[in-house]
Amino acid sequence: MEGTRRREFPSADASGQPLGVPRTPPAITRRQALALGAGAAVVGLAGCAPSAKKAQGGGGGTLTFVSDQFQPVDEAEKMRKQILAGYDGKVNFVSSPVGPFTDRVTSQAKAGKDDIALIGGTHGDFAGFASDGLLLDLSDLAQELSDRNFNPDYLELAKLGGSQTNYIPWMQATYIMVARKEAVGLLPAGSDVQALTYDQLVSWARAVNAKQGGQKLGFPAHQDGLLKRFFQGHSYPSFTGGVNTTFSSSSAVTMWEWMRSAWAQANRQSPTYQFMQEPLQSGEVWIAWDHVARLIDALQAKPADFVAFPSPIGPKGLGFAPVVLGLGIPKSASDPEAGKKLIRYLTQPDTQATTLREVGFFPPTGRLSLPGDLNPGIRAEANTVTAQTTSPKGLPSLLPIGLKDKTEAYDDVFRTTFEAIVLKNRAIPATLQSKAKELQALFDAVQAPCWKPDPPSSGTCKVG
Amino acid sequence: MLPSLAFLAVFFAVPMFQAFGLALQAPDGTGYSLDAVRQMLSDGAFTRALGTTLLLMVAIVPVQFVIALGMAMVVNARLKGADLWLYVFALPLGISELASGIVWFSIFTEQGWLNSVLQQLGLTHQSIVFLDYQRPWLVLATIVVAEAWRATAIIMVILVSGLQGIPRDFVEAADVFGASVWQRLRHVVLPLLKPSIRVALILRTILALQVFATVVALAGGTTTVLANEAYRWYYRLRDARVAAAYASLVLLLSLVSTVGYLVTIRGDEEQLG
Repeated sequence: MEGTRRREFPSADASGQPLGVPRTPPAITRRQALALGAGAAVVGLAGCAPSAKKAQGGGGGTLTFVSDQFQPVDEAEKMRKQILAGYDGKVNFVSSPVGPFTDRVTSQAKAGKDDIALIGGTHGDFAGFASDGLLLDLSDLAQELSDRNFNPDYLELAKLGGSQTNYIPWMQATYIMVARKEAVGLLPAGSDVQALTYDQLVSWARAVNAKQGGQKLGFPAHQDGLLKRFFQGHSYPSFTGGVNTTFSSSSAVTMWEWMRSAWAQANRQSPTYQFMQEPLQSGEVWIAWDHVARLIDALQAKPADFVAFPSPIGPKGLGFAPVVLGLGIPKSASDPEAGKKLIRYLTQPDTQATTLREVGFFPPTGRLSLPGDLNPGIRAEANTVTAQTTSPKGLPSLLPIGLKDKTEAYDDVFRTTFEAIVLKNRAIPATLQSKAKELQALFDAVQAPCWKPDPPSSGTCKVG
Repeated sequence: MLPSLAFLAVFFAVPMFQAFGLALQAPDGTGYSLDAVRQMLSDGAFTRALGTTLLLMVAIVPVQFVIALGMAMVVNARLKGADLWLYVFALPLGISELASGIVWFSIFTEQGWLNSVLQQLGLTHQSIVFLDYQRPWLVLATIVVAEAWRATAIIMVILVSGLQGIPRDFVEAADVFGASVWQRLRHVVLPLLKPSIRVALILRTILALQVFATVVALAGGTTTVLANEAYRWYYRLRDARVAAAYASLVLLLSLVSTVGYLVTIRGDEEQLG
């Protein structure tokens, strides 16, 4: 349906530093960046000899820019009318769900069609394109754009372990929590809202519910909501230190037991929440977890009423999913120079500031360089993102990588596991074992390796 | 006749057989098998989706039919301002299914308009969670209300046109013989309205089997229907064969219900001739 959107990008910790190991709070930049982004990567490059296509300068026609981001109509309109408004040329921005988006890019590139000038996608998307050899090498552009101060780790990740740059970083984001200020006074004794544990979160919600009546904790459990990312990038890593290799482990059982206890405090309408900003604003929910871009309206509209804070900390650390979006050019593009011109425009500071204001995605820079006139709500969000990514307990966790057309099926397993265990109260170990088989079948089908925080696998990832 | 047949062939028959063909395609794309149908039948959401779809159909169609008949009679009574009523009643026809779902979500949500009204009237003190996944009957009821509001007008329009086709002399003759309002409706109007009723019921039943966006907007996926599962298999699980199996099932149910109506509601067209 129209409401669907994906705006997360897998990211990876490229530093090589063991994940979950406390880091010294650093002078932001590299380390922070790394945390924030880690990952992205896989974009591939396939083959892309620069000579394969002749650059033809500018070109007066309309550029087609396809993406699986900004699918809601209002966001697509902001993209067209605000973000792309200053571009010197006509751009046809086409946003579609990840399936049709992937089909279009893949089938047209394979058929040698040249109507797509630019691709805006997630790590998982680029991973698939890369392995099929569909992307142009953008090393020259990355060098030219050194004044953009991209997070060096993102640029490294965009090389996918090779020497060529497969995409240019476009935007970054992550998932955080937001609560109404009234709730802060009800925090359990000895807890700090900026460093909550999973258990403290439930106790807090219980206290709020006892005082207010109703159930004031909220999760985006709509079928198009991002609760799946909570499991994949936050709760699983925080409780088990992994995702796939620890899927049915005893610590995973503990995580699902925690989820049941949290759900008992959650608004019964949570399965209807696609974005948490609306129920937070209406007061249906007082404490919520979601993607920064799905919380930003609440923070922008009433910055004085809300407090933003990092995701909770579990036994293995503060698991969180950094999200990096990239811009790539298909090898089959007839006029790669036109796509590059649009990349230059989209990554320039003014355009990045507009992007942040309009849709809530942050620039993919090492240090979060934000415009001075920012709304206090966005600033609060930015501070939280920084706090989360630089937390000594931070455990950056990638989102699905290399699953190609099985990406959404992979997500669906987490959704149906949640339904079975939490909504239908099925036995946890038995459910996890049966779902682990489904996950393994997906990995086997595309022979995808494990990704962080799971240890590297030699060959196809083995679900644990 | 020929243009209609060509239209039906191109836009109905061909896609229908293609859908059946896809649903029966073997996994490797060569030959035919029941693999996709088996996958659909063993899908965890299948029974729930089928049950909810049929339940919605059974709940929505009679409610809408009765309301639409009442509305059509009001419009057809040629009272002062009848045209205005027609426009007011037909208003929801211009609203998309998803938009209607979102509007009704804002009414039924915990801090929504309905709870505000109930509290202001002093009927409740605490907000009622109407869209509570633990009370699926309540969620279904909200979907029935939303669907009834959105799509009753289409039945009304068909019935109004049917009512206007009934010669006035028939009704006047009934009046002369002293028939009461109920007798007139039961023995004159309804029998003559049968062809329109049949069309309206066929159309509405088919639409009820296809209901999708309203359910997703109000239930968010915990209450699911066949169309939503077709969407899930196509867009999320990326398996067009199983999606086609779901779509074919919707089509088969539509065909069966249509044949059922054609057989059970015999038209009395000749009487009008």
